[in-house]
Amino acid sequence: MSNVRVLVGTRKGAFILTADGKREKWDVSGPHFAGWEIYHMKGSSVDPNRIYASQNSGWFGQIIQRSDDGGKTWFQPGTPAGAPTTSPEGMPMGESNKFVYDTSEETGKPLLTHQWYDGTPHPWEFKRVWHLEPSLDDADTVFAGIEDAALFRSTNGGQTWQELPGLRGHGTGSQWQPGAGGLCLHTILLDPANRDRMVIAISAAGAFRTDDGGATWKPINRGLRSQYIPDPDAEVGHCVHHVAMNPSRSNVLFMQKHWDVMRSDDAGDSWHEVSGNLPTDFGFVIDVHAHEPETIYVVPIKSDSEHYPPDGKLRVYRSRTGGNEWEALTNGLPQENCYVNVLRDAMAVDSLDKCGVYFGTTGGQVYGSADAGDTWAPIVRDLPPVLSVEVQTLK
Amino acid sequence: MIVVVLPAHLRSLAGVTGDVELELDGPVTRHAILDALEARFPMLRGTIREHVGGQRRPLLRFFACGEDVTHEPADAPLPEAIVSGAEPFYIIGAIAGG
Repeated sequence: MSNVRVLVGTRKGAFILTADGKREKWDVSGPHFAGWEIYHMKGSSVDPNRIYASQNSGWFGQIIQRSDDGGKTWFQPGTPAGAPTTSPEGMPMGESNKFVYDTSEETGKPLLTHQWYDGTPHPWEFKRVWHLEPSLDDADTVFAGIEDAALFRSTNGGQTWQELPGLRGHGTGSQWQPGAGGLCLHTILLDPANRDRMVIAISAAGAFRTDDGGATWKPINRGLRSQYIPDPDAEVGHCVHHVAMNPSRSNVLFMQKHWDVMRSDDAGDSWHEVSGNLPTDFGFVIDVHAHEPETIYVVPIKSDSEHYPPDGKLRVYRSRTGGNEWEALTNGLPQENCYVNVLRDAMAVDSLDKCGVYFGTTGGQVYGSADAGDTWAPIVRDLPPVLSVEVQTLK
Repeated sequence: MIVVVLPAHLRSLAGVTGDVELELDGPVTRHAILDALEARFPMLRGTIREHVGGQRRPLLRFFACGEDVTHEPADAPLPEAIVSGAEPFYIIGAIAGG
């Protein structure tokens, strides 16, 4: 029987939730890395026991953690060239937290500034890793989306990291401005049908695509409209909150933007709005059913300043028509006095026959549905604020 | 022997439960203490000083014998009580809620 492993990153540590395929009884492991912010954890599809975690602190900066046994034990994978592999105490050596922007003439462009909130030039400063995306082909290759926005890659299991400088250097990088959460690269989609294609998204710059394995990039924001910027149809400057796709149909992308739920049928070359009858088209998460590529999920959030569900009712909205026509999913979710948020990387789906859907809240609840959203139940209720949720379906 | 007191987060990261004891050759300075600390606990690289440029992370400060030495030159000699190990060298994170 298949099992499910849910990887939960929170403000104060990581938690791993496991269940069999019925998804009724859950074991909770954690907190791992107690007291640290865990922005994201994700397992390799090549080797599901290989899990990468982004551990961060405002005081002590970035740490990369890796598990090779499904989250039971963790270590920092870094080993400097020529250095011993362990310290005198037997601890692993580490430079796995070293993210240095490529400013060389040879491999990138000496891009030194982006725009600050007030439009003035501001130097690029590494702050944290928002998202880790393991390769579809190699467990030792993993991509990292960082703040200030750039894309890094490790090909040695997270020991060392190199920037893919063509993204920041493609031409619009100096115009990028941070959103309220920072200038973060938060979404990385790897195309299973075209290994050279990758889509990433940055708040508040927009979405970008490479078709040559990350060497060159272009903005893919045509059709996005943002009233809060001087040119609402600008090439960049859109606050994209999250992008999702079904791996079986990777040219169809769904986007939750600061305002508007959007759809592209040409891998991002053009977008059109599919917000339809949503009570608000603001939100952070968006995801796609594992087996029904026209079934998508969002959690509408009241904004601009409130950032909690409308009317105090936590509702997942599902469209079975690829957008525009939405139904509220409420069975098992609090329908009064609920004022939590669901952050951009905090929803995921499993790939069991009856697709499971999971999301975490800033109130510390992780909800799961084993029937594609028809009914919900809390897996855990009282974790620290949830930053990210990923799911592994284990055969 | 130098005694270093780490913040709790860094103790857990380094895998130690108490104060850290270091042997230093040469002058005992903040720079030398941090170099020795990072050599013995490589997982602390980048957590106290930035990888690039070596700047102190902004929410950390250094204390010796009750004095804030954060803004003293990194290569300035530290007090004899630190050199002898009679007093610990403190690495302290800013107090904050949440």
